[in-house]
Amino acid sequence: MINMKDFLKGSGFIQPIWVFVIVITIFFSFMSEYFLSIGNLSNILVQTSTIGLIALGMTYVMINGNIDLSVGAVLGLSASLSVGLQDYGITIAVIAALASGLVLGAINGLVVWKTGVNAFIVTLGAMIGVRGLIFVYTEEQSFYATNFAFSDFGTASIGPFPVLALIFLICTLVMHLVLKKTGHGRNTFAVGGNPEAALDAGIRIGRHMMINFIIVGFFAALAGVLLATQMGAATPNLGRDYELWTITAVVLGGTKLTGGYGSITGTLGGVLAIGILRNGMNLMQVPAFYVLVILGVILISVLIIDQRLNVHASKGVSI
Amino acid sequence: MASVEQGKQAIMLSKKHKAGLLNFLSAQGILVFFLICMFAFSLFSEQFLSQSNIMTVVRQASIIGIIAVGVTVVIIGGNLDLSVGSMLSFSTVLVVDLHDKIGPIGAIILMFFFTLLIGAVNGFLIGFMRLNSLIVTLAMLSAIQGLVLIYSGGQNVDIANQSDTWFAFFGRGYVLGIAVPVILFAMLAIIVQVVMSYTSYGRRIFAVGGNPAAAVYSGIRKNWCVFSTYLISAFCVACAALVLGSRVMGSQNNVGQGYELLVLAGIILGGTSLLGGAGSIWKTIIGVLILGFIQNGLLLLGYPYYTQWLVTWVIIILAVWLDLANKRKRLFTTHS
Repeated sequence: MINMKDFLKGSGFIQPIWVFVIVITIFFSFMSEYFLSIGNLSNILVQTSTIGLIALGMTYVMINGNIDLSVGAVLGLSASLSVGLQDYGITIAVIAALASGLVLGAINGLVVWKTGVNAFIVTLGAMIGVRGLIFVYTEEQSFYATNFAFSDFGTASIGPFPVLALIFLICTLVMHLVLKKTGHGRNTFAVGGNPEAALDAGIRIGRHMMINFIIVGFFAALAGVLLATQMGAATPNLGRDYELWTITAVVLGGTKLTGGYGSITGTLGGVLAIGILRNGMNLMQVPAFYVLVILGVILISVLIIDQRLNVHASKGVSI
Repeated sequence: MASVEQGKQAIMLSKKHKAGLLNFLSAQGILVFFLICMFAFSLFSEQFLSQSNIMTVVRQASIIGIIAVGVTVVIIGGNLDLSVGSMLSFSTVLVVDLHDKIGPIGAIILMFFFTLLIGAVNGFLIGFMRLNSLIVTLAMLSAIQGLVLIYSGGQNVDIANQSDTWFAFFGRGYVLGIAVPVILFAMLAIIVQVVMSYTSYGRRIFAVGGNPAAAVYSGIRKNWCVFSTYLISAFCVACAALVLGSRVMGSQNNVGQGYELLVLAGIILGGTSLLGGAGSIWKTIIGVLILGFIQNGLLLLGYPYYTQWLVTWVIIILAVWLDLANKRKRLFTTHS
């Protein structure tokens, strides 16, 4: 007999977000005949790959006890670079785009490490500033990819599997293994759970924070490049609000904002839940506006359920 | 002997004096920075310090400023409010849309009612349910934006007959030569500052933000305090929506998008700690005005609009960093 309370807490065999994913999958497959087809399911994976990739990195940063609000802007910059630099060849453009993510992640991480300023403030500044960088670089223009090899990549598939979905799934697997099996993964949990204890245990907390910011920067840049291949273009405003969607997905997946708790499998569930909701409601011809409201309600419900079950965590006197 | 004692006292006094100066600089550093900025810009541009330019900047900054006054109270109480941007969209669309349907008075009353209702929902979830304010207001940001789009059907709204309605007063009017938005901003700021500094209610908010457990043990009704801060925040958003709707006489349905970040940037720049329990409305006003004057100054110097965002990036981090560095008496953290 599965213990109901353990299950809802997420410490059981299957995480609650995955039950939610299964429930809405069943619901939508009854509501729409097109939902449960291979074509549509791989479509969902492609649609969610952008937010999904960023969410992988964001999970690390949030387990580490930080947050990164600049991912949307980093995505926009990388997308613009990958399209705008194509005169020098696609390879160079893509490398430059990915490098921009690494560098910006490193800057965020270094500032958080060395100055001790709260990551929320550092990345809030970066979010505003990097958006400025995009406009300085693009001069408010949209870029269009003239090289079709670039935009064909976004729609390519190996056998029945779209390349973008494959990249997302492979990255998910790698990040899951790194979090579970390596010293960096272990230390990430340790730093997020109790920074002072981690410091006393000899863990170099600054370095681990910086590595995690570099990881999330890289994934945001990768997502930007892939989004640009999908659209064959990049606009300066690309990626607005992506940080909100990403944080929503990660929190839905059970990762705690306070750090020290979370998983990549949960994040995958959270990302899929958002993707399936959007796709399924589209198929049911519900206007896209309602998805925003429903997502907000779900996010708050998850918080309430989580709080009711983890009473010891939120125990405090109250009048 | 006596001379040695006197010498010691003199040394101590001079040290005390020095520390006083340092303390003053660290407490008012942002004010000093503000004055240096103003001075630098006035060197390079003649119009910068002209009366009309200053009035323009203050008027432009007043919408963000009005919202920032409310959000500062929330932050002093130890929470965050990210939903103010969506709320501004909601309230502006509502008041503009209802203006033609039921007249200005009804529109304003209903707008205030529904905005305060949303604030009450925020306050209930965060104050009484004790949920994490960052995630709740993030969820509300998305949900309210959805509500705006559902309400407006994705259309922009505007007021049909713009010339003969007194509704324009809030955004375009002048009293004694001063723009009404500025007057509203100043009045709200003064009232809230007085309430926060000189009433027991204000002291309670500071206590709740500084040390919630201690506040509760001293008999403060923490839940109600947190709840009320969100009502104040919502009220300020409603005032801002009044100004914005009346100035534009129309509204896009995402007009408030990104305002929450500019507001936060102003508050952080002013030196209010996001941890709660400290901060003041004056600091927030200075922070908001600095952002406004930097934007204006850069534009007058001929830089493109978006360079201000780059500058904002640097000065936000610098401001908080120097504050921290002063507290720990060293520039960088020591851990590896």
